[in-house]
Amino acid sequence: MQALNCSVAGPALFSNEGMVGIIFLLTIAMAVAGAIIAVQSRWLVRSVAGLALCFTGVAGLYYFLLSPFLAMMQMLIYVGAISILIAFAIMMVTQADSDTKRKRNYSVLAGPIGFCVAILFFAGFTVLALSTPWQPQPHGQAGTSRDLGMALLGPHVLVFELISIVLLMAIIGALVLAQHGRHSRNREEKGA
Amino acid sequence: MMTHPFVRALIYLIGLMAFAGLNAAYLVWCERKGAARIQRRIGPCEVGWAGLLQPLADGLKLMTKQLLVPDGVDAALFRLAPVLAMLPGMVSLAVIPFSDTLQAREMELSALLIFAFASVGMLCVLLGGWASGNKFAIISSTRAVSQNLAYEIPMLLTVITIALIVGSLNLRDIAMEQQGNLFHWNLFRLEGWHILTMWISFIIFFICSIAETNRAPFDLAEAESELVAGYMTEYSSMGYGLFMMAEYINIVVGACLTATLFLGGWACPFGLAPGWWWFVLKIYVLIFTIIWVRWTYPRTQIYRLLNLSWKVMIPFSLVNLLITAGLVKFL
Repeated sequence: MQALNCSVAGPALFSNEGMVGIIFLLTIAMAVAGAIIAVQSRWLVRSVAGLALCFTGVAGLYYFLLSPFLAMMQMLIYVGAISILIAFAIMMVTQADSDTKRKRNYSVLAGPIGFCVAILFFAGFTVLALSTPWQPQPHGQAGTSRDLGMALLGPHVLVFELISIVLLMAIIGALVLAQHGRHSRNREEKGA
Repeated sequence: MMTHPFVRALIYLIGLMAFAGLNAAYLVWCERKGAARIQRRIGPCEVGWAGLLQPLADGLKLMTKQLLVPDGVDAALFRLAPVLAMLPGMVSLAVIPFSDTLQAREMELSALLIFAFASVGMLCVLLGGWASGNKFAIISSTRAVSQNLAYEIPMLLTVITIALIVGSLNLRDIAMEQQGNLFHWNLFRLEGWHILTMWISFIIFFICSIAETNRAPFDLAEAESELVAGYMTEYSSMGYGLFMMAEYINIVVGACLTATLFLGGWACPFGLAPGWWWFVLKIYVLIFTIIWVRWTYPRTQIYRLLNLSWKVMIPFSLVNLLITAGLVKFL
């Protein structure tokens, strides 16, 4: 029994592996807890805070996958920009003191169906994860900025350029919407 | 001597926390003394010699006061925001190279890490202001966030010019590249014509770092004549104290970043005895300049502030980036 325990227990708590394992579990807990808060919270702004927590956990997972650049970008763009934009949108659209979510009146089947879909996804990913022959990456250098630049403008240049087109379209769309709003308000003011 | 990695991490953790705490406490003293001298007053002088024990007394007072959570606030977020506001500054201090051998954690992309976590501070201000459920606090937090978003763009663009010249985002590599006397620093670098654009980068970066840390003349978020105390209005005792500490730690981090990126890190201006003492000297000269600016210029207005960023700083930094890229490529 003693021997079995030792073989199951894995690395000791205060070794490098043990600490890394604890931090790994913490990032997973952050991601899951953030997601639950985001979905379950009664207040929209708390949901945004939960979403930011979830993004931070995901950034931690990227770091564990030896992609620090992706982790930093996750923090910079998702936690920094997207969460703040959502929070701004909530503050603009609803009144700050009455923004509880609407009472849900879905059909009775919504819960069970959602649960089944979640179980299907979970089972699918589990089968996939267990059947894939994972090959541990060697702990090499985790991408200098020179390597990143080479990769972005070398093999992945098409994706890089496509993303810039998407951003350009977003800017043009925002301009068109804002311009329309400004004109219609001017007309209303003239009419009044 | 090889120390155990845990021991090393623990020593650095305690050291950085002490550094941050002492800076937060004594920069308040410096600020009050500086303000007093600039306004022809004496400043704190009662507690201890030249008022040197004043920060200690203030800290004790803040810690013994009650943390009031008023009715109608979102209690969880209200308590969480000041604690999380300390996070970006503390994380950033971990990657700053104080000298050749004195750096808690060296990593590639450490410059990027500082900017990535700076955005967490922005989110905290927004959540704290919203959770207060107070009009002043909400207006102030939206102001703070729009200001920070606006000034983050030119700041990152000027960091890219440095990255183009040095070829790395590793703060240690950037500092190593500038070792030697004054004319090896990025700001005064003689080789490769970089001096043509570097001073523009430096001015943009320094203004942005003042704006990012919400300091006067850009302290619109806590403009006391219009917004009481901004997002800190409802906070008492250490809740307020933590926001205050976070502000000063952010100033220290901004000064560290400026010193590393433009002023040669731990290099000596005359090429003598490089070490952490030069780095600390540079930080405090920069911080003194920031205090000096605060008490010399009046506060601007919010639309002027945003216009300055979107209509002046961003175009300038974009053109600056293009010219720097051209210089790096063709000269």
